[in-house]
Amino acid sequence: MSKKLVDAIADMREADALRLAKEMVEGGSDPLAILGAAREAMGIVGHRYEEGTYFLPELILAGVMLNQIAEMVKPKLAKAAEVERHGKVVIGTVQGDIHDIGKDIVVFMLDVNGFDILDLGVDVPPEKFVEAIKDFKPQVVGLSGFLTLAFDAMKDTVEAIKKAGQRDKVKIMIGGGQISEEIRKYTGADAYGKDAMVGVSLAKEWVGAK
Amino acid sequence: MGKEWGELSPDEKQEALFQRWLSPKDPGGNDLKFQSPEAEKSYKERITRIKDAIQLKKRPDRVPVCPLPSMFPVFYSGMTNQEVMYDYDKCYQAWKKFVLDFEPDAHMGCAGPGPGRFFEILDYKLYAWPGHGVSPQHSYQCLEGEYMKADEYDALIQDPSGFFSNVYLPRVFGALQPFQMLPLLPGILEMYGVAFNFIPYGLPPVQGALNALMEAGNEALKWAGAVGGFDGEMATLGFPQILGGFTKAPFDTIGDTLRGTKGIMLDMYRQPDKLLQAMDALTPLMIKMGVGAALMNGKPLIFMPLHKGADGFLSDEQFKTFYWPTLRKVMMGLIEAGCVPLPAAEGGYNSRLEVIKDLPKGKTLWMFDQTDMARAKKILGDTSCMLGNVPLDLLSVGTPQQVKEYVKKLVQTAGKGGGFILANGAFFDNVKAENLKAMMEAGREYGAYR
Repeated sequence: MSKKLVDAIADMREADALRLAKEMVEGGSDPLAILGAAREAMGIVGHRYEEGTYFLPELILAGVMLNQIAEMVKPKLAKAAEVERHGKVVIGTVQGDIHDIGKDIVVFMLDVNGFDILDLGVDVPPEKFVEAIKDFKPQVVGLSGFLTLAFDAMKDTVEAIKKAGQRDKVKIMIGGGQISEEIRKYTGADAYGKDAMVGVSLAKEWVGAK
Repeated sequence: MGKEWGELSPDEKQEALFQRWLSPKDPGGNDLKFQSPEAEKSYKERITRIKDAIQLKKRPDRVPVCPLPSMFPVFYSGMTNQEVMYDYDKCYQAWKKFVLDFEPDAHMGCAGPGPGRFFEILDYKLYAWPGHGVSPQHSYQCLEGEYMKADEYDALIQDPSGFFSNVYLPRVFGALQPFQMLPLLPGILEMYGVAFNFIPYGLPPVQGALNALMEAGNEALKWAGAVGGFDGEMATLGFPQILGGFTKAPFDTIGDTLRGTKGIMLDMYRQPDKLLQAMDALTPLMIKMGVGAALMNGKPLIFMPLHKGADGFLSDEQFKTFYWPTLRKVMMGLIEAGCVPLPAAEGGYNSRLEVIKDLPKGKTLWMFDQTDMARAKKILGDTSCMLGNVPLDLLSVGTPQQVKEYVKKLVQTAGKGGGFILANGAFFDNVKAENLKAMMEAGREYGAYR
């Protein structure tokens, strides 16, 4: 049953996936095992995205299926599912920019690759990143931006982190439609990712995960 | 003249639209008076250069150079986005300074910022703009939402225009929400019952919305009065405006405006047939939107900002199934009416090149951003003219020398034998002015054909 659920989610058969999950919940399956199957499927989806067989529609549908199954399972859940995590990432679209598609892909891919993520959303001022670094204590900070105006906002954010004495506590990666090595140098970030997969490998490298 | 418009072939129509662009009129309908014989000469040379690059029949004298900014003129003039959206004369002045200082072979007019007050009066929801969701310095940005619900495809398919007027309009403008009460017009068939249709117009909320509509109309007119003379004045100085109008790929019309990215991408799995039918239903409207504007403005180029078909968004198969067929139909509809589609492919289009090659020769101007231009030239070079590719990161933080080197290589590759217009790859705000100057200079220097 759980193998069937994994396949249905991974193969984008939404109706089958929801029916199977419902049957499992009603049949008294361990709610943690159902969530485990959904997570396993997310891993497969992430892998297919990396390989270039899946694209944005599949990431979106997979996310929606996971949420629906989580809602179904929630009432049966005694305690929250503990998943082993490699490390923590704070991420957000920088101040003045409200684009989120690229950031959301990175969040999805970091999540399926075992990171604990604090997503600050869009139009995030530098102070909010600083605060989040102090409270959430991530090893990695991800700054996203689509507009050319985001270049300065990224630079300002890196400087604010430095000023707050937090720069040596985190590695900073940046990404977005027009981001390049030149922009990385300009902003003072540690690295840039041209796509979500690079973001994941940078984060893994920095936290020492395999 | 001789032949009626409807009797002309697509080639003849395109030629006629280029001729209209080459022979501008003043608002009274008389031949435009140029400010000097040199300005008239430059105006015609610039358009001819662009026309030759697009048609691929004859190599132009040099690669045309057309920087296409987003809000760069605002930053360049030391203003804020909020100022130019609320003070229409300032907007005019900012764009004028940009055109006169950079001397582009064509510009895009100064309508980009739009009238801030107008958006306020109507309580526009689809965008955040300075003071309304973004800071005064920032440019307006889209706030996607589900302005059409997942179960409303049939309503859109059966009557796309009715859907826009009776459903979309009252949702996207808060002040026009009462228009949801208005009837669909086929109710006015006979004397019997016709008055029922007019009852909503007597109700206070609808009358309030009608007042807002008139106020918005006044504001739009005020804005048009302030910025409407811009293209004419620039023409008298020798600078043509490139845009005859704009339209969109049906996939983006649904994905950007009606359903949002998440909505349309779920629909690809949950109700693919409805989505395909809806895009078919929108196709004639998208053609009409572009052709109507081109005929009214007397210019062939129709801008098409492409969004959700870029590399990374969809698989090749999804692009071929959902994105390209109706985009191609819209482009062919424009081409048959004598227009030149100008699809702006932001991001990368590397995996799409073989597919989009399927268009007639000399009828399209592709704007490319991060697409490999050497490969694009090889694949599209004998069918379509290309524009763009100077990267925004380079213009933002590079040096003039780096820009010049990039441009030199670019015009030698993409400009080989003609069929290329030098421009930025994507629309830009606050890049370094000296880098843009370097792009212009290098384009004129290295882009000359000998």
